[in-house]
Amino acid sequence: HQVLRIKTRNEEEVQKLQLLESLEHLELDFWINPSTPALPVDVRIPANSVQAVKAFLESHGIEYSILIEDLQVVLDKEKQDMAYNQQRDRSSNSFNYGTYHSLDSIYAELDHLASEYSNIVSKLQIGESYEKRPLYVLKFSTGGSNRPAIWIDAGIHSREWVTQASAIWIAKKIASDYGKDPSLTSLLNKMDVFLLTVSNPDGYVFTHTTNRMWRKTRSRNQGSRCVGVDPNRNWDAGFGGPGASNNPCSDSYRGPSANSEVEVKSVVNFIKNHGNIRAFLTLHSYSQLLMYPYGYKCTEPADYAELDALGRAAASSIQSLYGTTFTVGNICNTIYQASGGSIDWSYDYGIKYSFAFELRDTGRYGFLLPASQIIPTAEETWLGLKKIMEHVRDNPY
Amino acid sequence: DIDDVGHKYHLELVLEDVLDKDSTVNCTAEVLYHLGNKNIAPAVQFTIEGELKNTDEADNIFYSRIKSLEKELVAENIPDSHGSVSPEMEPIRLLAQVASGYVIWQNSTENTKFQLAQIKHVKQVKRSDDCLEFDYMILLHEMVSQEIIPWQMTVLWHPQHGVQVTQDSCQPKHALE
Repeated sequence: HQVLRIKTRNEEEVQKLQLLESLEHLELDFWINPSTPALPVDVRIPANSVQAVKAFLESHGIEYSILIEDLQVVLDKEKQDMAYNQQRDRSSNSFNYGTYHSLDSIYAELDHLASEYSNIVSKLQIGESYEKRPLYVLKFSTGGSNRPAIWIDAGIHSREWVTQASAIWIAKKIASDYGKDPSLTSLLNKMDVFLLTVSNPDGYVFTHTTNRMWRKTRSRNQGSRCVGVDPNRNWDAGFGGPGASNNPCSDSYRGPSANSEVEVKSVVNFIKNHGNIRAFLTLHSYSQLLMYPYGYKCTEPADYAELDALGRAAASSIQSLYGTTFTVGNICNTIYQASGGSIDWSYDYGIKYSFAFELRDTGRYGFLLPASQIIPTAEETWLGLKKIMEHVRDNPY
Repeated sequence: DIDDVGHKYHLELVLEDVLDKDSTVNCTAEVLYHLGNKNIAPAVQFTIEGELKNTDEADNIFYSRIKSLEKELVAENIPDSHGSVSPEMEPIRLLAQVASGYVIWQNSTENTKFQLAQIKHVKQVKRSDDCLEFDYMILLHEMVSQEIIPWQMTVLWHPQHGVQVTQDSCQPKHALE
């Protein structure tokens, strides 16, 4: 079967095509019917009628082109592609990084990575969520004892799906690039990396089962029928100040007290107990921003010059891949004043290299970023993270 | 700062065709946020350098397709959770984007930044005249408060007459759950 596109020049030609339309024995399937000379006419023609139709068009001097030479070939390929993708998804050796996954599916992949790359990857549990789901961190290490380390987290706000999706891709990237990429290899030979791919598992499950736009944790608020606390207003940094709400029904509710959320407390405990974390990097979406402290106040941090320069270098790396531009600056001036944020806490705790990323896009799809953009987003984000990590490796403090 | 009146911003911007990144047009605008009564939309004046692309062909295709539907169009969750929009729903989404632009303008202050997050539900309303009418329930994302706000809007469209929002109202938050 062929699909032709016919360009009509005037009403007369349109009428001739409408005549053709009426000839039922030809079994023509018009994808765009002849109606006005302004629009093309697309028609699928069964093999038997192809010669006759072309002869008709040519004898009347009507212009046409072949849109699809052989429709069966196209359909066969599509069927093949779909079967292949389905197989890739189901086979235990293949996780499709280019699609969004359930929590269970992500957790299964964490186990798979820890097993496949057991020489450098191990899985730790740092706590439990409000609804008792495990909080799993992947540790990337080539040995040593309590080496200086880099912390990366994603999905603290559950609706920001491209962050959890990018994090699992980044996990795979780190694991598989060790021994192949000189820079990453030298980094892992000196430092460890800790990656929390789903910081807010209760929220993440809720976005799958009930409300795709859920942002907060799922903790019960005493005296209110509203659920959840904004985990990125709950850290002990300017807590209670402007830039967070004290209304439990608000999407930026800070919570009854700093670290009230177990999801936050677990990370704080881990970082404090480890004692040698040198960088704290957190992934959010959307807006395409790369920010350093502070959010709770609009003054520059002491290390402003270095952080700004490093941020710009990272943004430049991100841009080099697909042209995606990130705006660099401190949280307060770049996005809005926000108190109780994670990188403000980590910076004031002494972790100099504290950065927050807001990934794609800038609002066209927002939280509902098409799955086709997951891998490009992860790839470019990785370049930015790597730039920062290399600087941390080369500038011990 | 304009004493007793409000804050005026002078902007120079580039408009980019969402469907064709290479198609851009320069624009200058002045936006005045009124002091006092926050219920008045900011006043906007703008000039565009050059012309916007002609969209007659696509408009007519969409118009004909909807006109020839046997039953009124009904759809939900555009895009879906995974960011997918079927090709048939793409014009419905673009129409919502334009119409929500009006709603956003009417409700903007210096402390808000709205985006259209999702179309929860859209229903075509039968009309006796030539216009197409759609009843949308959309979700607006307000960046500063991070709230998701359900909003109802009634949208009229015709290829020659453009887009009109004839009715719109903010919905209670638990309209979602």
